[in-house]
Amino acid sequence: MEVVISIAIGVMAGAGVWLVLRPRTFQVLIGLSLLSYAINLFIFSVGSLSVDREPIVRPGVAADLAQYTDPLPQSLVLTAIVIGFATTALFLVVLLALRGLSGGDHVDGREERP
Amino acid sequence: MTGFADHLIVAPVLLPLATAALMLLLGEGRRHAKATINVLSTAIGLAVAVHLLRDVAQHDAPAAFGVYLPGNWPVPYGIVLVADRLSALMAVLTGSVGLAALLFALARWQHAGVYFHVLFQLQLMGLYGAFLTADLFNLFVFFEVLLAASYGLLLHGGGGARVRAGLHYIAINLVASLLFLIGVAVLYGVTGTLNMADIAQKLHAVPDSDRGLLHAGAAILAIAFLAKAGLWPLNFWLPPAYAAASAPAAAVFAILTKVGVYAVLRLWTLCFPADAGASAGFGGGALVWGGIATLAFGALGMLASQQLAKLAGYAVIASSGTLLAAIGFAAPALSGGALFYLASSTLAGCALFLLVELLERARQVEVGPQQLDDGDSALPAFVDAEPPPDVNLDDEERALTGRAIPSALAFLGVAFTVCALVTAGLPPLSGFVAKLAMLTALLDVRTPAAWTLFTLTIVSGLCGAIALMRVGVRHFWAAHDRPAPRLRVIETLPIAGLLVASLALVLQAETALDYTRATAESLQSPKQYVDAVMSARPVGRSPERAP
Repeated sequence: MEVVISIAIGVMAGAGVWLVLRPRTFQVLIGLSLLSYAINLFIFSVGSLSVDREPIVRPGVAADLAQYTDPLPQSLVLTAIVIGFATTALFLVVLLALRGLSGGDHVDGREERP
Repeated sequence: MTGFADHLIVAPVLLPLATAALMLLLGEGRRHAKATINVLSTAIGLAVAVHLLRDVAQHDAPAAFGVYLPGNWPVPYGIVLVADRLSALMAVLTGSVGLAALLFALARWQHAGVYFHVLFQLQLMGLYGAFLTADLFNLFVFFEVLLAASYGLLLHGGGGARVRAGLHYIAINLVASLLFLIGVAVLYGVTGTLNMADIAQKLHAVPDSDRGLLHAGAAILAIAFLAKAGLWPLNFWLPPAYAAASAPAAAVFAILTKVGVYAVLRLWTLCFPADAGASAGFGGGALVWGGIATLAFGALGMLASQQLAKLAGYAVIASSGTLLAAIGFAAPALSGGALFYLASSTLAGCALFLLVELLERARQVEVGPQQLDDGDSALPAFVDAEPPPDVNLDDEERALTGRAIPSALAFLGVAFTVCALVTAGLPPLSGFVAKLAMLTALLDVRTPAAWTLFTLTIVSGLCGAIALMRVGVRHFWAAHDRPAPRLRVIETLPIAGLLVASLALVLQAETALDYTRATAESLQSPKQYVDAVMSARPVGRSPERAP
């Protein structure tokens, strides 16, 4: 499972970085989204991956990480998703505003001269 | 601190939040009510910050740390707010800059957008929170709050230039936030905690096999902060964004770069002090040389910039560079001088950004007559006064002698000169005192990096002086008889206030330097901070019930 998660993070982060470096605003937006997905998975995986373990303490089972999965990374991911979603939405608005003002979708507001 | 005073630590965060919510409920109109509430709330926030500062300055450790547990959870599990000397100093600077920018905005800029006041309060909330929190993930949340508000403030007023600069600013900061998250996650993976004091405590126990991971995480986290602080080469977004922002927004942004510097200073001194074993002083060299490169870049940029707004942006970069380089030496005397410089340069930077707009307006007067809707509150111009009868007249029948300088122009000239003196660090103002304190301390360090910074501090002062003098000549000496600009009193008030605060820093230099040196001392021995945080106990809960 570690390998699958690592490959998923790596592919998404790689694609995200490539897209962020592109000159079109929409590509940058998608790149930022992919990067944030990769990082959410990454945060999730620092709490050490495990299958079929609950984060909530049950009576009678000792409260340590051998019995449960770490609940903190999950709450961090939740916060990061919410914040990332809001800022991405804001970026989308600015993207549309720039598109309306400049008539193009280049990140600098004008096309590069060859 | 006991009783009610304890809760004052959380007030700078809650007050702007409540004010912003209240103003949202007021709807889109009622500008006067909103402006009044906003000014009141900002002033109270400043008063609370000053109270915190006086409170922590009176005590020695451990009473010099006000620890507040917002959720009343036992320490390593819940979020902790800590008001120590550094936090209190930054909070006071935030309050001063905020109040000045807000008063300035009352004249014109508050009308340029519906949610200016709400965004402004959220910006203050993010700033206060970032300075007061002692939890790494909470720091991330407050960073996002202040960044989200700053996106809105940067776009305030609209227009192509702002949207273009805003897009770059948002993209850069989103990437920096993602790096922040990676750093936090790695640090959590290595230490298993997010409480800054707890992290500092547990770093000693990190096994050697994890040390590489720890350093990588810390470095990634630092990149996020340094991008915010404007370290070269992560700062190309800064001058266009700050130049495009409206004057009050740019004035608040003068302290945004200092948030990055603050975070680096706080976490670096906490996690990698001299007694941290294999990690002692990790990354100090990178801070020093990065800071030196930033200072050089800022100084060259000041010389090269044509617009005053860009020049002010490069001045912010230069001051960031000075601070980061000075902090990187981890010498208490030097850091003390640097903190004094931080206060002085923040006030001057804020005043400079506000002056930019007034000076640009003064230039535009030459092009066309100015539209000023409420002439009643403008400064008297004095130009229409009758000349005395027995004075020689020139060709245009105007008095040759005793011609009054329009008070607006006089104000602009004096304010600009004071601002330039502080920014360039020339005597007798606070910039000079700060640079003198740093240079004296640098003489004791005696390394090649220290000599480089010593030279560069002086040279960059010269560059700043030349650049600002050139702007001054262009603005004040160029046209002989152009119409005087008209300024509102409410616009001149905050600038005058900031410059008076800067003067007060000189007059009280001994007290201020004592304070900043004590701050630096306590930063270099983080054990006090760790002990203060770890010994905090939830209120009204018996110890055996605590998990």
